[in-house]
Amino acid sequence: MSTSPAAIAAPHLHAATLACRRGTRLLFQDLNLNLPPGRIVWLRGHNGRGKTSLLRLAAGLSTPEHGEVTADGEPVRRSSDFRDRLVFIGHANALKDDLTVTEALQFLLRIHGRPSDAATAHAALARLEMGSRRNAFVRTLSQGQRRRVALARLAVEPGPSLWVLDEPFDALDVDGITRLNDLLEGHVARGGSVLLTSHLPLDSARLAPLEIDLDAYAPRR
Amino acid sequence: MRSLFLALFLRDIRLAMRRRIEALLPVVFFVVAVSLFPLGVGPEHDTLRLIAPGVVWVCALLAAMLSLTSLFAQDHADGSLEQMLLTGQSAVVVAVAKSAAHWTLTGLPLTIAAPLFGLLFDMHPASIAALTVSLLLGTPTLSLLGAVGAALTLGLRSAGVLIILLVLPLSIPALIFGTGAVGAVEAGQSSMAHYSILGALLIFTALTAPPAAAAALRISAE
Repeated sequence: MSTSPAAIAAPHLHAATLACRRGTRLLFQDLNLNLPPGRIVWLRGHNGRGKTSLLRLAAGLSTPEHGEVTADGEPVRRSSDFRDRLVFIGHANALKDDLTVTEALQFLLRIHGRPSDAATAHAALARLEMGSRRNAFVRTLSQGQRRRVALARLAVEPGPSLWVLDEPFDALDVDGITRLNDLLEGHVARGGSVLLTSHLPLDSARLAPLEIDLDAYAPRR
Repeated sequence: MRSLFLALFLRDIRLAMRRRIEALLPVVFFVVAVSLFPLGVGPEHDTLRLIAPGVVWVCALLAAMLSLTSLFAQDHADGSLEQMLLTGQSAVVVAVAKSAAHWTLTGLPLTIAAPLFGLLFDMHPASIAALTVSLLLGTPTLSLLGAVGAALTLGLRSAGVLIILLVLPLSIPALIFGTGAVGAVEAGQSSMAHYSILGALLIFTALTAPPAAAAALRISAE
């Protein structure tokens, strides 16, 4: 699935004069987004400013009010090649309470066409120090542990891809944050790109994020 | 495409096995509802034989509705649905896999249980066979239609009521021709015409319902 030549580099995400509307409210307008491979874009902004909405636009889950998000020049809504090179981890962890940790992770890897054998899943869980809970049911995990399992998908990514992460540091402890920073750093070094939101300050020295402040794009009244 | 279908189908079956009591609810409802009729109507053989196909079909229809509300709702709430829509494959595969799992967990057990109730209602063996075949052809139609209703009402507060209002009218043809097949056998005629219409309904629903459900799922993700 990821054998196409384009899989060598992360998709170059681009959007110009983007506007997003939720219901009757215009969240932001005239937003320009440029995410070249090998970089991290950190979305900032007050609550309700449209950070999650922008991530969903970038992942191709919803359509913008104005403008278009493109990956390597192709609209993300229509490109299945883009989706093969995308990892979207939303605010919800997408883990089923009645599955074991390994089963839940394997399911997510399988539907996205990633390597999903038990050894791969166990190695990924070990990267986030969840190896000891790999046979536990998801319902027995704490919030932070669930987040770690959801993020373990990132440790499986074979090539440079685009990671779209909604508050990935949420509920993580100091050790979890360090481990996620390691993953992000390794990913960027491989030429992968990341679009993320975080209310915690990022480790600028290690990750050198480009910042976009959504408050600057709020519609003027 | 096959791997997404299989992964999703097998996961739904596995989740149902982990929650056996909940998964059995439609079948239990069916068993209880059908067995109440002889108690309410009275033990006359002729009356029971007359109403049996209708009773079994109506109860099967309602039992299939029971588990529809949760068909996509849980996946929607916990973010799994988003992930399924982001696989780079068509949402139609998701709709087909969920419908198939729903049928395996409700339609199939109902079809297997139906002959036992045929005996309870003192039906002739030929009528029992016709009832079983008609359920086998009709229940997949119900699961496919139900998936459209469940997808359309995702995220709505009164989803349960709306699904019933949306899906029950659409499933009336299956009900009419399903019970009609048994009626034909009892009148000494061939039920092939009814089977053909049920089959045609199934083919038509199989071709149109998954794309409709897929479109509704994509809208729900907006």
